[in-house]
Amino acid sequence: MLTAFAILTDGLVYAAYLFIVAIGLTLIFGVMKILNVTHGSFYAFGAYGAATAVGIYANADWPAALGFLFMITLAMLVGLIMGIILERGLLRLVYGKDEVVIVLVTYATFLILEDVIVLIWGAQSYAAYQPMVAAGSIEIGDLVLSNYDILLVAIAVVLAALAYWALKYTRQGRLLTTVIFDRETAAAFGINVTLVYTATFVIGAMLGALGGAVMAPKISVTLGIGVEVIVLAFAVVAIGGMGSIEGALIGALIVGICRAAAVHLAPQIELFVIYGVMALVLVARPYGLFVRAQPRKI
Amino acid sequence: MSLYVRIPFALAALASAAAIAPAHAQQAPIKIGIVSFLTGPAASPFGIPGRNGAEIVLEAFNAGKAPAPFDKVGFGGTKLEAKYVDEAGSVQNVVTEFRNLVQRDQVDAVVGYISSGSCLAVAPVADELKALTVFYDCGTPRIFEEKARSYVFRVSPHATMDGVGAARYLVAKKKNLTSFSGINQNYAWGQDSWRDFAGAMKVLAPKATADKVLFPKLFAGEYGAEISTLLTSKSQAVHTSFWNGDLESFTYQQSARGLDKRMTIIMTTGEAGMWRMRDKLPDGTIIGGRGANGPLARDTDINKWFHQIYMDRYNTPPTYPAYQMAQSLLGLKLAYEKAKKGDAKPTTDEIAAAFKGIEFTGPAGHVKMALGNGHQGITETAYGTYKFNKQKNMPEIVDIMRFPAECVNPPAGIDADKWIADGMKGAKC
Repeated sequence: MLTAFAILTDGLVYAAYLFIVAIGLTLIFGVMKILNVTHGSFYAFGAYGAATAVGIYANADWPAALGFLFMITLAMLVGLIMGIILERGLLRLVYGKDEVVIVLVTYATFLILEDVIVLIWGAQSYAAYQPMVAAGSIEIGDLVLSNYDILLVAIAVVLAALAYWALKYTRQGRLLTTVIFDRETAAAFGINVTLVYTATFVIGAMLGALGGAVMAPKISVTLGIGVEVIVLAFAVVAIGGMGSIEGALIGALIVGICRAAAVHLAPQIELFVIYGVMALVLVARPYGLFVRAQPRKI
Repeated sequence: MSLYVRIPFALAALASAAAIAPAHAQQAPIKIGIVSFLTGPAASPFGIPGRNGAEIVLEAFNAGKAPAPFDKVGFGGTKLEAKYVDEAGSVQNVVTEFRNLVQRDQVDAVVGYISSGSCLAVAPVADELKALTVFYDCGTPRIFEEKARSYVFRVSPHATMDGVGAARYLVAKKKNLTSFSGINQNYAWGQDSWRDFAGAMKVLAPKATADKVLFPKLFAGEYGAEISTLLTSKSQAVHTSFWNGDLESFTYQQSARGLDKRMTIIMTTGEAGMWRMRDKLPDGTIIGGRGANGPLARDTDINKWFHQIYMDRYNTPPTYPAYQMAQSLLGLKLAYEKAKKGDAKPTTDEIAAAFKGIEFTGPAGHVKMALGNGHQGITETAYGTYKFNKQKNMPEIVDIMRFPAECVNPPAGIDADKWIADGMKGAKC
């Protein structure tokens, strides 16, 4: 019973982490059809920005809740600036080019940004554990849960609900859905597709940075953290279906629960489980769980 | 005399001084390639301290300011010139850069490498090119167990010592241990570290059983499920060879959930992270430093010298990679000077012959090149218990136990895993 409860809670926490990281990636793909490798850099910059913010507020002796908000705000501001610079300064120049070219551009940008991190923050690692320590823990049976992990799950739920509401019930969301459905038709109906692209990329970048910011208190913020994240995020998005937000949510839950079960019951297959699940889903549904095969336009 | 008149006189004086300078000062410098992670996740905990250790030791050599018997300028009177290369990238890239150092830059020796993968790939190429190479940090025992090497040396002991030392310390401190677990990274380092530790525990505490054996992915970052698994186990101790970001992430996450209150954590590389984690590293953690390095080193004059020059330059204490680099360079210097006869520069073969089996004492203690036909060093090791001293506001390692080199390293000619599996016969404790 305790093991089952532990699998459920660990799975939910891991799923929350995966969803927060993957939502920006799948949003950008859904609207712009760009497989954005730079998303790993948004995560890393968000984490470094959060670590910087934590350093500032820890020295200023602010209350923990205020510090947490400051950390998220600063990290998302970093994502906003990066998103605008990259979309306006680089990506708009390659729109319309082959998808492989665009992937290579985002990969090259990812590599350059790794060096930019060294230039700004140096090669040393940073710690931002204060929010997690301040959150405390609760004990349930033999299990001790971190309140910060519970907060992560809450953030993921709020993000999913916000995304659902924004896409279904706001004018901007409907415009976005139109562009996702057919970019050319949307443009023919007078929708400013360029503006939608810029807004989507910037929001995606901010979500990537948010992922880094909320994870920063749990990890050592060090070089290379974006690499691991981008691989996991791709796996989640592939399971759910590229471009589908509900797919990212379900994909994250499947991976989270399966991984937690593997760690508790058969740790030797833990590494295999994530990609094994992905392979199984793709064999049955090559476009992921929430995306249907579409006819190709000629 | 105006400035314009004085400059030609000064230049002429400098030219004259150069002309009458001793012959050895005009010799081409000895080129040394230093390879270490300068970027990527391993740069901060290992690569940069290793590189920094090389920089200050080479500077001290060139200034003739290292303590005796290392006090000759450079190597045997000839100054040294270092070229620093990043180890980051694929193994193929590491080998290409090694070839570049040897064939293009014509270095006289290469000192470097942290990753065991790099060492395993470079070793055969070093022998093929007849290039004198000293590995400074990589831990795999396979380097000299798989094949005899001619031009490859490693002053730092291999990783078996870490696992055996950790087991000896744990058994000495926890007499009634019945169950232990392990969380190690899922690649060669983590797997080998656990194999050696669990094997040594089987010999030293046969009644204690290994409960949870976890191998999360390298750089996984999130360890919630692993911590829950350990929390729900009955283990009294958990072994980890995690390093850098993984070690720190695990420490922060387990602290938030109180794992250290339930069981003793053994961190075989904890010394490299304790100065960063400070009071976030739980008191009572068993700490290793891949040998008697850093705060685990003996309070000798040469250790004080190294510690001081490192602190003066970098304003932080040297961690074990810096010690390993210093030990490697001291060994190379001694071998070079032993091989040098008269003014002539010794050949690579002469230096390699002189290096085999040498003994010396460095900041991390006495080194004996006893294994791998004289190519692999052994030293004593030490483990201790971590304590954050709130009065001094700095980390400490207390309750240190030392284990002689022959107690924690296999005898010459016996493979490390076989030695452990056969009950560590011949160990001299």
